[in-house]
Amino acid sequence: MFFRQSLAVAMKDLRSELRTKESLNSAFAFSAVILVLFSFVVDVGDSEILYSMSGGVLWMTFLFSGALILNRSFAREQQNDCLDALLASPLSGSALWFGKALANFVLLLAVQAFSLPLFGALYNLSWARSPGWLLAVSVLGAWGISVVGTMFSALTVNLRLRELMLPTLIYPMLIPLLMGAIRLTTILISGEPIAGDDWIWLRLLVGFDIIFTSLALLLVEVVLLG
Amino acid sequence: MIQGGVAAVQVDRVWKYFGDYPAVRELTFQVEAGSCLALLGRNGAGKTTLLRMIAGLSQPSEGDVRLLGKSVRDSAARASIGLLGHGIGVYEELSAFENLRHFGKLFGIEKPDDAASRWLERVNLAQVRDSPVREFSRGMRQRLAVARTFLHDPGVLLLDEPFTSLDDRAIALLQSLLAEALSRGATVVMSTHQLREAMELATHAALLVRGKLGYFGARPVEMLEDPGWLYRQYGEA
Repeated sequence: MFFRQSLAVAMKDLRSELRTKESLNSAFAFSAVILVLFSFVVDVGDSEILYSMSGGVLWMTFLFSGALILNRSFAREQQNDCLDALLASPLSGSALWFGKALANFVLLLAVQAFSLPLFGALYNLSWARSPGWLLAVSVLGAWGISVVGTMFSALTVNLRLRELMLPTLIYPMLIPLLMGAIRLTTILISGEPIAGDDWIWLRLLVGFDIIFTSLALLLVEVVLLG
Repeated sequence: MIQGGVAAVQVDRVWKYFGDYPAVRELTFQVEAGSCLALLGRNGAGKTTLLRMIAGLSQPSEGDVRLLGKSVRDSAARASIGLLGHGIGVYEELSAFENLRHFGKLFGIEKPDDAASRWLERVNLAQVRDSPVREFSRGMRQRLAVARTFLHDPGVLLLDEPFTSLDDRAIALLQSLLAEALSRGATVVMSTHQLREAMELATHAALLVRGKLGYFGARPVEMLEDPGWLYRQYGEA
């Protein structure tokens, strides 16, 4: 029942988003703007500097444009008091959160799929040297951002300044995840293998995802109902 | 207190504070299964606050609310709730059919597509089943909200001002659906200012005065002729 309900919530959110494209269009546009702006900051002729900054540029882009998607997650339920209808149904808070986190995860992956080729084109970099590992890091990073972001989207849904509050709250919490994702992405785009001490960053991503997923499942009912 | 039978809704010494202000003050009552309670009171008397606590959308500051003997946050208790609140609780960008199918899945209805189609017929929206709700008139939205509320044959119907902004046909439809639900043993708790419509169905009445119960008991027969009677007898001057 939990997964059936979560899937129903995820499918509903994705269907709504594909109809309106409210968050996706703005996230795509914002990520393109960030990538273009960063291209003025770094020397695109110096490939060594470019490769060393690639992880940072990409994850800042994912994070900033991802906030636009996360902000809409629970705000979507405010129209017509849909959140009340959901909370008065047998849907548990954790199933609601999990469904929304799944939908946000898919949308964040879509932003990554849009940004990566654009990044390669703008910076003249070959980014797909280790596609399998890069996909793994992208998936782990996107899930971590989705988990924390969806939780705080629920927490800030009734705040007047939620567009400001959500990033202010989630960015500091995501620092460990970002450190791992940036480091690994830089290594993988540079064409180096993950080796030696760098495995710790992958373990950090996995651990972050497990810990925050568990915490969110435990706490979301309190967040939604007080 | 209603004597005898199973208490479908049990409100036990419930207080609700917003800051220091007590919106609901030590309410205690039970609603027997199969009865219809009209929750009356002036604006700000605490009707919506009480309904939200019964629906499990808000926690009492003190006291306890139980539905069919279970905590309101128990999923089995919530599966029996049909809530029609101030908002219509449907998604603008989805079609009428998609909205009902979505809620059908959440309520664990075995064939949500069939249930959605059946209820769209019932509320005369079958012809616009695939149109997005944002294109609907206000009356059509209200009928869709009614269909969402009744979709899973709820045992406890919680309705907040259900007759507001409904046209004559929609009021008649809602009244017939409520009468049908009552006849199969469902319990109805509705807050309303539209006394004439409510009195046709109500078996019991509760009058809230500044968060306290001014009256609770069987619907006085005088209210059929004179819906404002209860306010004059038990309300504030």
